[in-house]
Amino acid sequence: MQKFTEFADELRFVFVESDRWKWLIEGLGNTLKITAVSLIIGIVIGIVIASIRSSFDKNQETMKKRGGVGYNLLSALNSISKVYLWVIRGTPVVVQLLILYFIILQSVSNGVAVAMVCFGLNSGAYVAEIFRSGIMSVDEGQFEAGRSLGFNYLQTMRHIIIPQAFKTVLPTLCNEFIVLIKETSIAGYVGIMDLTKAGDLIRGRTFKAFLPLIAVALIYLALVTVLTWATGKLERRLRRNER
Amino acid sequence: MKKKILSIVSLVLIAVVAVSVFAACGNNNADTTKKLTMATNAAFPPYEYKDGDDFAGIDVEIAGKLAEKLGMELEIIDTEFGSIVGGVETGKYDMGMAGMTVTEERLKSVNFSTSYAKGVQSVIVLENSEYKSYEDFYTGYDADGDPTGVIEGLKIGVQQDTTGDIYSSDVPKKWGFGEESVIRYKTGADAVSALVAGKVTAVIIDNEPAKSYVAANEGLKILDTTYVEEDYAICVAKENTELLENINKALAELTADGTIPAIIEKYIPSK
Repeated sequence: MQKFTEFADELRFVFVESDRWKWLIEGLGNTLKITAVSLIIGIVIGIVIASIRSSFDKNQETMKKRGGVGYNLLSALNSISKVYLWVIRGTPVVVQLLILYFIILQSVSNGVAVAMVCFGLNSGAYVAEIFRSGIMSVDEGQFEAGRSLGFNYLQTMRHIIIPQAFKTVLPTLCNEFIVLIKETSIAGYVGIMDLTKAGDLIRGRTFKAFLPLIAVALIYLALVTVLTWATGKLERRLRRNER
Repeated sequence: MKKKILSIVSLVLIAVVAVSVFAACGNNNADTTKKLTMATNAAFPPYEYKDGDDFAGIDVEIAGKLAEKLGMELEIIDTEFGSIVGGVETGKYDMGMAGMTVTEERLKSVNFSTSYAKGVQSVIVLENSEYKSYEDFYTGYDADGDPTGVIEGLKIGVQQDTTGDIYSSDVPKKWGFGEESVIRYKTGADAVSALVAGKVTAVIIDNEPAKSYVAANEGLKILDTTYVEEDYAICVAKENTELLENINKALAELTADGTIPAIIEKYIPSK
């Protein structure tokens, strides 16, 4: 019993006193905002880059023979995409965040916005490769079949390749989103109050490590659990037509 | 047969590893001098900072003399400022020494030695700033002379968990600027970079590191009016009263024989 009241006292001290729980709410809000927006940015960038890279890979030979502006343009876009992937995947996201915050987006004083751009750009690189791997994994015969049915390149992509590719990449994509949620925990580096920083702050003020850290861990776990459940459900629905 | 040999060989290997590990532990325990672990945040010049691979600064030198007096071997552990008090409380470190001010919150968790140095919280702003004093950050004062609110868009950069953070994130009524006006950075240097980049209006930090930052960055100045004045002390776990007594005794001796004043003078010349 005494142990229990002690625990209740510590709970009250750590979270209730000075309204410290409000930091967690604010932090959770920022974490969700940053994750949601960077997820969208990431997917948009991912789609664009993956389309460029896979169309180049698929059509390189035929287009090269034909030559012309189209080939040069696609080839240039492909090179730019490659540089983007190289830089983003080749540097730690913390460093990218610091560079964006202190150097490139110096004039933007809203830290949360900088974090959204940063994590969006970062996630885009990984999502692009995930999408591309999905597109390339669909058997070449599917593509040929589409073309023989009279679909043009884009129609074949839209009606035959992409739907199959999407199903293949869904688990990997879900994995990327989980990584993204947790990756936002470094936002505290640039003074943003995210979930991790909120726990950190409570720890700094109360000098108790256990409760704030466990609370933060549980909240992340809950977020990821919801996300995993949702993608699992989507996966099952998409598999229905396979029967 | 082969299996048997394999299992014997692996058993022998495990035994060898286990013995050598225990032996290594034994060696450590056999050390004659006891260790005095000091937790600090070595990003706070001139009190503590990294000088090449070594630590330097007022706290580091005083701790060295302190360990000498106590007949112990000093071990410095560089950690985040916010983790020091918690680590000392749980006995992870023997003492915390990081230009740390005695506050009521901290006293709930640890004991503090007598003060060995005085600290002043200063306000750093851009050189062309229109602000003359931190009082300019308030919009008005009530009948008692307490601030009623802060100017719009005010952002104060601080190092997380430092006294500058604690004081300035309090409500205006208590001479803070309010939670929403404070941006907390991991280090003082980050806060200053944010000021240079124009992301915050001012940085509130201890005067001595403030001077180093202003010297290192062009276009910054320290306001003449200081924000808060405070005493620095060493924190020790509540149960460890023996160490606290010894530290206090040693500090008194080191102050009396002029060692501590000389160390402070070395880093902060009084002109």
